[in-house]
Amino acid sequence: MDNEYLKPLPAPDHLTAPFWDGCKANKLLLQRCKQCSTSQFPPGPLCTKCRSAELEWSEASGKAKVYSWIVVRHPIPADVYKDEVPYVVALVDLDEGPRMSTNIVDCVPESIKDGMPVEVAFKQVSDAITLPLFRPAK
Amino acid sequence: MWNLRDQCAIAGIGYTAFTKNSGVTVLELATEACMKACQDAGVNPDEVDGIISFNFGDSVPSMSVATAMGLKDPQWVVEYSSGGNAANLITLAATSAIKSGLAKNILCFRAMNGRSGFRLGGGRQMAAYGVTQFTAPYGWITYPQAMAMWCQRHMNKYGTTKEQLAHVAVQFRQNAMQNERAMQRKPLTFEEYHSARKIVDPFGLYDICLESDGACATLITSAERARDMKKKPVYIMGGAYGGGPAQGEDLFDIIRWPDPAENFAPYIADALWKSAGIGPMDIDVAEIYDCFTYSVIMALEGLGFCKPGEGGPFVAAGGIRRDGPLPTNTHGGLLSEAYIHGFNHVIEAVEQLRGEAGVRQVPNAEIALTTAGAMTCGSAMILRR
Ligand SMILES: [Zn+2]
Repeated sequence: MDNEYLKPLPAPDHLTAPFWDGCKANKLLLQRCKQCSTSQFPPGPLCTKCRSAELEWSEASGKAKVYSWIVVRHPIPADVYKDEVPYVVALVDLDEGPRMSTNIVDCVPESIKDGMPVEVAFKQVSDAITLPLFRPAK
Repeated sequence: MWNLRDQCAIAGIGYTAFTKNSGVTVLELATEACMKACQDAGVNPDEVDGIISFNFGDSVPSMSVATAMGLKDPQWVVEYSSGGNAANLITLAATSAIKSGLAKNILCFRAMNGRSGFRLGGGRQMAAYGVTQFTAPYGWITYPQAMAMWCQRHMNKYGTTKEQLAHVAVQFRQNAMQNERAMQRKPLTFEEYHSARKIVDPFGLYDICLESDGACATLITSAERARDMKKKPVYIMGGAYGGGPAQGEDLFDIIRWPDPAENFAPYIADALWKSAGIGPMDIDVAEIYDCFTYSVIMALEGLGFCKPGEGGPFVAAGGIRRDGPLPTNTHGGLLSEAYIHGFNHVIEAVEQLRGEAGVRQVPNAEIALTTAGAMTCGSAMILRR
């Protein structure tokens, strides 16, 4: 892979490694509570709804709706993002319930609308890391 | 709920110049502001037995300042590690220390070389540990980028406009032009606001606060002792700190926050007004945490000065003008006076209530509001003369 990748890379830990392993296999995995069936993101030690520790990993549909977004025009740090701007960071609401931050790709920033349907598009950025990005739903 | 209404007071205030490059250490800034607060109150530093500050890894410990000032017998030496949300919280913490007997006279300060030293708005570490691994890899890194997400959500939900945000920026600049302390005193027109460099949609340059070197300090004591000191006491009438559920794993994290169209303010509003025994209509002057233009709009809505979604129309109709129903950020705020992380708002509120604000003075100001923070948690106080 590209050795020049300068953007922040996730540092998977005991809680989050299954999520990133899933992304590497092009699966969007969410923690789901065995007690109350709630899906949650980011992963945590307990179900934040019922506090059960019995959590399992479950594949999400990858379908979501845009909730809010920003268009970054001034790159910070400049040396990392100067060729990336403008780019879109969004909060998307997954069909399974949780909200997630991501980039919206494959469309011009001006076309993004509140509630716009999007779908996951995996992008490998290093040997270990594949990011779940989203693009307008087909 | 905080229940020490009028039992403690701000007896002294002190501050340094607010600059882009202080040329001195943060310790020197903090010590200067704290010494001035003692002098303002007419209190010998030998009588100071408590000190508290907040920082974001960019300041000096309270014990450093206590040592530099030669405090004789400090009994309560405390740090709070957080952002602007803490600017009122440390004062509320000082009141509880005073009433429980932990200390008698407490210095509260915030000091930073926020422009020439560590620049809070300029970015964060590139390593993406903890919850940051779900934000930073997407290029979501700086505080302006964090806050723009809240603002866009408010626009989506309520139709808030850039023109309404412009009213906040332009009004506070007009206020700063009357303030000799302010770092930005050049006129700002609506046209300049709208044509400014885009930073991160929906924010342009003038939606974002300044970066500053400087320090502010207050001396807090009991109401009885304050009445024997040099200056007229400013009583701490009400206060609250808190936020809603899922305040995040760090200040940046809003993934699980219920709705970024509102911030912490509605979650503390009841406790704030009940603690003071008054309501929004009783406020003569408001110093509202304005790290970004929109955060003023969210505070106005959240604390009940207008209904949710009506903050934009409220400011556009002149609601926050000096001659309007709620004179707001009479010093120019974080947007145009300086970014001392909200502690400069407390200084301005005290000067207004003492009648010391000169050409900025709001006539007959008796009760002031200060707020601190703009995201998932924050603090606020009601002060009276
Ligand atoms: Zn559960």
